[in-house]
Amino acid sequence: MVAHVETGHAPRNRFIAFASRWLLTTNHKEIGTLYLCLSFGLFFIAGAMAMMMRIELFEPGIQVIDPLIYNQVLTLHGLVMVFGAVMPAFVGLANWMIPLMIGAPDMALPRLNNFSFWILPFAFLILLSSLFMEGGAPNFGWTFYAPLSTTYGPPSTDFFILGVHLMGISSILGAINIIVTIVNLRAPGMTYMKMPLFVWTWFITAFLLIMVMPVLAGCVTMMLTDRHFGTSFFEAAGGGDPVMFQHIFWFFGHPEVYIMILPGFGIASQIIPTFARKKLFGYHSMVYATAAIAFLSFIVWGHHMFTTGMPLFAELFFMYATMLIAVPTGVKVFNWVATMWRGSMTFETPMLFAIGFVMMFTIGGFSGLMLALVPADVQYHDTYFVVAHFHYVLYPGAIFGTMAAVYYWLPKWCGNMYDERLGKIHFWTATFAVNLTFFPMHFTGLAGMPRRIPDYSMQFADFNMVSSVGSWLLGLTQVLFLYIVIKTVRGGEKATDEVWEGAEGLEWTVPSPAPLHTFDTPPVIGDGDHR
Amino acid sequence: MNQPPRYYVPHHSIWPIVGSVALGITAFGGATLIHQSTEKVAAEGSYGAPLFYFGLACIAFMMIGWFGTVIKENLQGKVSGLLDRSFRMSMGWFIVSEIMFFAAFFGALFYARIISVPWLAGAGNNLETHLLLWPDFADAWPLFRTPGGSTSEAMGPWGLPFINTVILVTSSATITFAHWGLKKNQRGKLTFWLFLTLALGITFLVLQVVEYKHAFDELGLSLGSGIYGSTFFMLTGFHGAHVTLGSIMLLIMFARVLRGHFTPDNHFAFEATSWYWHFVDVVWLFLFTFVYWF
Repeated sequence: MVAHVETGHAPRNRFIAFASRWLLTTNHKEIGTLYLCLSFGLFFIAGAMAMMMRIELFEPGIQVIDPLIYNQVLTLHGLVMVFGAVMPAFVGLANWMIPLMIGAPDMALPRLNNFSFWILPFAFLILLSSLFMEGGAPNFGWTFYAPLSTTYGPPSTDFFILGVHLMGISSILGAINIIVTIVNLRAPGMTYMKMPLFVWTWFITAFLLIMVMPVLAGCVTMMLTDRHFGTSFFEAAGGGDPVMFQHIFWFFGHPEVYIMILPGFGIASQIIPTFARKKLFGYHSMVYATAAIAFLSFIVWGHHMFTTGMPLFAELFFMYATMLIAVPTGVKVFNWVATMWRGSMTFETPMLFAIGFVMMFTIGGFSGLMLALVPADVQYHDTYFVVAHFHYVLYPGAIFGTMAAVYYWLPKWCGNMYDERLGKIHFWTATFAVNLTFFPMHFTGLAGMPRRIPDYSMQFADFNMVSSVGSWLLGLTQVLFLYIVIKTVRGGEKATDEVWEGAEGLEWTVPSPAPLHTFDTPPVIGDGDHR
Repeated sequence: MNQPPRYYVPHHSIWPIVGSVALGITAFGGATLIHQSTEKVAAEGSYGAPLFYFGLACIAFMMIGWFGTVIKENLQGKVSGLLDRSFRMSMGWFIVSEIMFFAAFFGALFYARIISVPWLAGAGNNLETHLLLWPDFADAWPLFRTPGGSTSEAMGPWGLPFINTVILVTSSATITFAHWGLKKNQRGKLTFWLFLTLALGITFLVLQVVEYKHAFDELGLSLGSGIYGSTFFMLTGFHGAHVTLGSIMLLIMFARVLRGHFTPDNHFAFEATSWYWHFVDVVWLFLFTFVYWF
């Protein structure tokens, strides 16, 4: 019953079998794998772009990369990392794990699931093809502010716009699927307050996606009509306003940054209890904190725009609302620490990544708090301090979170244990490299080094050299990660069904590797099972 | 294994990948078309247009195939109550995402009316900007004269727009009567009211075209007439596109009703269409209030 139901009509050869398996699949595990592979590939592409920038920034002056190319690489690095690496990785994890964690036979709408995934390769094909077009790829930064992207955007901007539309469709459909799965397909007895936190955080993330991706679609549509159909949304001569672009963009953009971190919160909340061998401290407060962060994310977008000349009242409102986010986030950090307090801790690779996540995400959170202060932000705005801040929440946050999840669940996915020694080497070198790369940016930023410029003043030379060396090391460690994942998938010590001795949850009750179809008959969750 | 599974999980399906390829072609063709028809390369001819229309045709083909499969599965009794609930919820969330899409344009409208136009005229602490950039510009809504100097007239609410409001609100009522007919299994009533809804929808679209013609020819109002024209045409245009889509959905429902589809307790597609229709109606009420009236 488990294996291949469709063996009745044996395909003619292995290639057709392979293609039809992956192109036509409706299985949440296969689609999850597709998402993770795509994300991994795009992670390396966007990472290579970062390496290129760091080569140019190794020394002051213009050496290797033409500034116009630098702008394109910088733009695509941001866009591909956000929409291609981080988001699909989390959606892939959601696909794999949510049905397993809530005892569902699959996602609620399996065909739609396949559709959501296969839109993405086309979206990125269109986006990346812009590199080879006349006038080059988009060069206005991943935030594509008007008028850089409207009046002054290169011709390929239209392809970027349509690519973003496709990503939006994919995200919205995927998010609908996730919400419906969680609401409708929980196993009997799995009440909302018994759901694992990864499911909870994704539930809220999916809601954010449905609320803001259409706004992004509207935003790029206005860009398109401003570029080609004579509208004046972002054109002051027609009564519009380029600053309006920033309002609409950041109304999408701020919830978007929580879309890229909330699932990471969920992952940390799964892993830390397992290796501390304790229940998660403050489960309910974790859920409420996540919801509070999601709510606040809708009313803080103005903190990206403190230097645009907003009225004082608006600046104060956005400042206080932003600082308020530190409260639920702090609740989460304290809960993770309290979970570890007096636990029987062991430090396998997933736990190392989860602890690294908590530690270094918090650094990014604190620099975010500094940036929330209007008078201080006027100084920090558009400097490397901002770059340091968001790379601290994204790299050791979102990406370490994803890596923790991969080490944690990979044995369940492929049935083999990863190499613990290599995993630990990966963690320690990546942690070292991440700090070597991004910590000096705090200093250069505070000293006034502007972001997005390929050249810089002499006094920033030393720190930039350190950053560049760190970034290359960081890139290398991810090649090691790729090696570890491939090695694990191909073989290794067999994993038990439970995999981790302290792990709780439905995903550990199915065999390792997880068969193609699980929970055709739903498990029943008793009153005692509480995660 | 005699018991049917709790939840129907379809096996391999060709339609999603057809849809993805079609969307990819449409997006690439659309970008090429827009790009080529407006840039200098237009003279060289555009392969964007054929690509774009081919992509759209593929999307239509995919939808017919995909929905056809689902309808067949439903007729075979594979759709359990649980799956029906999944369909309903996803339609609801889809409409939420549509609401947020319109919210972006309403946001632009309110931003222009409350912030950018008054500021350009010197409100708040923007007097110096006003004096330096466009000292002659005066704050007004509808914006008859843009800071750059282009002029147009505004669309008043009480002619065609009001008639259209009455038409859409009426059609929201008629589709509800049709639904009542379906629930009581009164097929004649269902067919009549559904047909009337469809006719009202199409009338709305025709009148919208007449209105646009009036705007272009007599009022000098176009996408290029500043922020008033921009918000006016984007909001009414996207609403019109949604009414078109809703009318196509109504047409398909009508064809299915004539074929004898739907039973009093199994008619999700009909209900989804009626929700969508109510949604475009409510959006119109906001449009009428904030674009035409106040």
